Amino acid sequence: MNDQRRPAIALECVTKSFGEKQVLRDVSLGIQEGEAVCLLGRSGTGKSVTLKLMIALLKPDKGRIWIGNQDISLLEPRALSGVRRKMGFLFQSAALFDSFSVYDNLALPLLRMTDMSRPQIGEIVHTVLDEVGLADEAQTMPADLSGGMRKRAGLARCLVLDPEILLIDEPSSGLDAITASEIDELLLRRKMQHNTTMVIVTHDPYGARRIGDRFAVLDHGSLIAFGSPKELERHPSDTVRNLIRER
Amino acid sequence: MVLDLFRPPIELEQLWLQIGQIGSRSFPLVASAGLACGVIMTLHSRTYLVRFGATSMVPTVQCLGFVLEIGPLLTALLVAGRVGAGIGAMLSNMRTTEQIDAVEALSVDSFKFLVVPRVLACVLVLPLLTIFTDFSGLLGGYISEFAASHISAPLYIERAFAGLRWENFIPPTVKTSAFGFIIGTVSAFFGYTTSEGSEGVGRAATNSVVLSSLLVIVADIILVRCIFFAFPETAL
Repeated sequence: MNDQRRPAIALECVTKSFGEKQVLRDVSLGIQEGEAVCLLGRSGTGKSVTLKLMIALLKPDKGRIWIGNQDISLLEPRALSGVRRKMGFLFQSAALFDSFSVYDNLALPLLRMTDMSRPQIGEIVHTVLDEVGLADEAQTMPADLSGGMRKRAGLARCLVLDPEILLIDEPSSGLDAITASEIDELLLRRKMQHNTTMVIVTHDPYGARRIGDRFAVLDHGSLIAFGSPKELERHPSDTVRNLIRER
Repeated sequence: MVLDLFRPPIELEQLWLQIGQIGSRSFPLVASAGLACGVIMTLHSRTYLVRFGATSMVPTVQCLGFVLEIGPLLTALLVAGRVGAGIGAMLSNMRTTEQIDAVEALSVDSFKFLVVPRVLACVLVLPLLTIFTDFSGLLGGYISEFAASHISAPLYIERAFAGLRWENFIPPTVKTSAFGFIIGTVSAFFGYTTSEGSEGVGRAATNSVVLSSLLVIVADIILVRCIFFAFPETAL
């Protein structure tokens, strides 16, 4: 990766606690435009919290978070909305709206964030559904989808606005190897074709190696390693080497 | 939060959807409950009015009883049970499954999108449902009275509405908007702010019903005093 490019996402000395429990400690991280960074670490080390901080679903106790040139930790809700417009977030559970069909889940951000007509929205929704292989499931309710389909529908919802930044929380969790590989394939294609900046929280070193340009390893709320897979293979910490080793 | 309810933009599409859901799905409940209560109330009132030779007053008592108090309170308590639990459970489920976070991540104001339409729908729908309960109660009363005395429908209606004035009908019906506001805000608060898992969903639903029912009854005391103050002729 060319480190001369401006960071698409930057965390500066970010600290976050929930009550007495400190989840993140002084985390600093710079992610370049078009780069895919995989956040690795044991459960409960603050990976998902880091992701939520990046889209301002959580506010840091200390430190600053930059999306492009904007410090989102200081933004008012209206300005924040403009920043989020450039971002897509795939939740671990996909977080599809139960009471909406797959089509309506995808149409919602377009209805709210653009001036497109209903036919234009329909066209985009069907194109994206086709891209993720769910063309026949537009009218299906989320409860009737399998785990893999829900993930793909959640990803499709992230993609309808053609975001510059994708934040993805455990894309392969709870999925079989083939479905997980399909999701990885979708992400990889997105990265190649659209130069989308990606931050992916994952426990799957195989998927991480396929998609990630660099790995960031969190342990007990601290960033203990950040570099390319090759660099981290030689890292002195056993934790880091174990996390990136393919099983 | 209260100001946010009325600050534009109002989610009209969601509001319309919620009015449909809360209104149409509550209608069978309030209509059947009103009908049953109408029958029961006539059975009781007739028993005592017979002793005083005042059976002709049964329709009047029935109508005033329902329009002034039974209709509004019964509707509010039924809606608190059905809709309050629904709002509390749905929003808390959305919170625990990160759907509310997903709404925010899509740059949509989750409060305006999820809470405001539900509260406004409760405010708007309660008076309509109350009118249905009132008329169902009267129908139940008529059925019961017809079984006992074979009274004709026109005579029953004439006697029922003989003692009713607009100031007896409008304020008690409009006050149910306040009940709707209580039910909507209390249940949305418990649902929207839950921070626990599935246990929190159950707790939000239960708390929504319990607290909104209690507050409706307490608010009723205050509102009845306010109505008496504003319309002294309706007070004894």
